[in-house]
Amino acid sequence: MKKLPCILTALGILVAIPADAGDKYCVWKADNLSINESLCGLTGSAERGRKLAYERKKGNCLACHKMPIPEEQFHGNIGPPLDGVGSRYSAGQLRLRLVDMKILNPMTLMPGFYKNPDDLIRVMKQFQGKTPLTAQEIEDVVVYLGTLK
Amino acid sequence: MQDDDFMNPGMSAVEAGAEVFSEPGQNGKSCSSCHGDGGGKLNTGNIAKYPIYSDKLGKPVTLQQQVHACWTDNLGNEPLKYDSSGVLELEVFVRNLARGQKVNVQTDGAMQPFWEKGKEIYHTRAGQLDMSCNLCHINYPGLKIRANTLSQGQSNGYPAYRLKNGKINGLHSRFNGCYKQFRAEKLPPGNDDYVALEVFVHSRGNGLDIETPGVRF
Repeated sequence: MKKLPCILTALGILVAIPADAGDKYCVWKADNLSINESLCGLTGSAERGRKLAYERKKGNCLACHKMPIPEEQFHGNIGPPLDGVGSRYSAGQLRLRLVDMKILNPMTLMPGFYKNPDDLIRVMKQFQGKTPLTAQEIEDVVVYLGTLK
Repeated sequence: MQDDDFMNPGMSAVEAGAEVFSEPGQNGKSCSSCHGDGGGKLNTGNIAKYPIYSDKLGKPVTLQQQVHACWTDNLGNEPLKYDSSGVLELEVFVRNLARGQKVNVQTDGAMQPFWEKGKEIYHTRAGQLDMSCNLCHINYPGLKIRANTLSQGQSNGYPAYRLKNGKINGLHSRFNGCYKQFRAEKLPPGNDDYVALEVFVHSRGNGLDIETPGVRF
């Protein structure tokens, strides 16, 4: 896919192809404190979501939330425990909290896992222009959290 | 561990600093020439006031900057990088002399705009994880992030020996360590923003005993 612009330009054809269409930011809309549509229409997997919840470089949810993941020790308690969260909130409400918790609580410590990277300041070079979790990963976690009844 | 001078790993930096204190500089003078053997003539109450406002420079000066200014101007030595081992050990030695003195940083008068700037930085979110100092250290200290307990982020023990990296750390390097955690770009130690931040962070500890060298995670 990356070679295509070069070949086309050589042929005198100017084409606008995004550098890496996979990284395009999925525009979302909040409606009554809920993001009802899945990001970019993607479908999540609960199995992947559970893994993302405890991986330190990914969601790292256990840093602040007690969760039903017994094989990992020392869950944090800065945020509320997430047992049963799937019964308390709809998928849309969970999605909003993951994308940017600051919409609900401006004083939250929780990172905006799908906040628009353009709104951040002083980001380390290797993370510039990237969200902490990809759209697919957000959907995976939303589905996983939905299973915690 | 911190209270026992023989067990405190930071004390070796104090000893190293003591040696540098008595070493003659390029022009033959040593710190001891003016400040007495082992810093005996230094006023420890004044050490506890750093960072202080400098009329000459029109901005605050940290203890390390003051020590470094003497190092170059009065001893004729080559400049050293901020928080590099030579000047850091001197800072630890000098601040250790004031151990037990209460932190007493000015926040009003000429210092006020810099204190306000430090306070603003403390409350400004940064990095990919979009966090600011106040969230952990003012809103949530005492709660646990994984197995660590969030602290108040006090600096009365700095420069401190960190168990995490097995050496003495200056305060600006510690700021960088925090910023790295929420994926924010580091700033060069000694820059004006970090000096303002140091004014604010030190002032949060006004009234606490200086514990340098602290032993911290």
